[in-house]
Amino acid sequence: MNKQGNTYTFIYSIVLVVVVAAILAIVSLSLKPYQDENIENEKRQNILSSVNVSSTPENSAELFNKIITKQFILNYKGEAIEGNAFAVDIPTEGKKLQKALKNPELQKALKDGQLLSETIKDNKALMDIKFPVFVADIDGAIKYILPTYGVGLWGPVWGYISLNEDKNTVYGVLFDHKGETPGLGAEITQPFFQKQFSGKTIFENSSLKAITVKKGGNATGAHEVDAISGGTITSKAVETMIADYLKCYEQFLKQIQ
Amino acid sequence: MSDKETLFSAKNRELLLGPLSKNNPVLVQILGICSALAVTAKMEPAIVMALSVTAVTAFSNVILSLLRNTIPTRIRIIVQLVVVAALVIIVDQILKAFAYEVSKQLSVFVGLIITNCIIMGRIEAFALGNKPWPSLLDGIGNGLGYGLVLVIVAFFRELLGSGTLFGVKVIPQIFYDWGYQNNGLMILPPMALMLVGLIIWVHRSKNKDLIEQK
Repeated sequence: MNKQGNTYTFIYSIVLVVVVAAILAIVSLSLKPYQDENIENEKRQNILSSVNVSSTPENSAELFNKIITKQFILNYKGEAIEGNAFAVDIPTEGKKLQKALKNPELQKALKDGQLLSETIKDNKALMDIKFPVFVADIDGAIKYILPTYGVGLWGPVWGYISLNEDKNTVYGVLFDHKGETPGLGAEITQPFFQKQFSGKTIFENSSLKAITVKKGGNATGAHEVDAISGGTITSKAVETMIADYLKCYEQFLKQIQ
Repeated sequence: MSDKETLFSAKNRELLLGPLSKNNPVLVQILGICSALAVTAKMEPAIVMALSVTAVTAFSNVILSLLRNTIPTRIRIIVQLVVVAALVIIVDQILKAFAYEVSKQLSVFVGLIITNCIIMGRIEAFALGNKPWPSLLDGIGNGLGYGLVLVIVAFFRELLGSGTLFGVKVIPQIFYDWGYQNNGLMILPPMALMLVGLIIWVHRSKNKDLIEQK
């Protein structure tokens, strides 16, 4: 057969592509369980890190089971939803929330002092979103861990924020990002930024203030932290993400309070 | 190359060992610099990157050397790309499964092995014209030659930039108490370029035959 002919070239490329595709499919399928385990361990480590417990991939599962005593899923009205909170995919839910927030009525409601469940009676897009809550037991004290997810400068940013039993004082936070600028926005993963959140409060006279980032290194208020120099957009993204999520959790946070 | 040649004849040894020094892809041919700058802030990612590139150059050289007589010339480059891309995806998947932390540090640079000119360069220049065994040696040699530079650069960058090696502190605390400080510049990419430059300088002054005649 003529090796430079069209028929040969076509057959050659088809066979090559099919063989390569098959090999890649096999590799991907056989390695998937290991990769999923790594991702789950990382999630456990992140959740533990938000209550200031450091762990390794190896002991994360054990520590997680010991420290996280309860987990449940809520909707924005604070009603419990069936399901496994750990299995909730935060990015999927986060993207759903971003989409739902495009609604101008919702945008207005977010800034409103009112409870979201009172201003927005029936929003199907919002109703559909799962908000997981993890309850941790740190030396006998109860901490509530809430996941958050938002849009940074180059890609998604996300994190976990843990609150004391009063559901007002921040106990610890963890932030991570997909591809913020190294040395600038990417610094949100650094302890110097995250440590600032501990001890801040999110309510003032039972109205939700969340936590704002301030420029200029003069964050002194009970709801303020210093922004990262040169990382304003990422810092603001963290602020917005916390505000949006806390608003959705507000009903839950106000219970018992 | 005759069939009767032994596996490790002088010629084959040169294929394996040449790229480590006199024919080094980074130092002499100045290829693959981009990733050499990006992943050398710490020893661990540098070594993983070196092994990944070595695996890809070795396997892609062997596979394409085996296929060399069947590939239609017109789609030669596409066939090379498909093979290299498949190997890189496999390496990426394996790292994600068994070295998750390192794979996060290397992030996009594993995927970018595809664009490492050493790989395509060796396939075009060597594997398409030689038998599988010499091609394997050539691939391993070039991968290791690249890796060697990575490791040397990473050694100095991690030692002087973070005071650690493999994440373990090696500079004693007493030095810091006396006023020694880690050099933050070492962590940044420009310093990697300067280090590569310094290594090339030392390498050339040791190997006078590499210096071009005016």
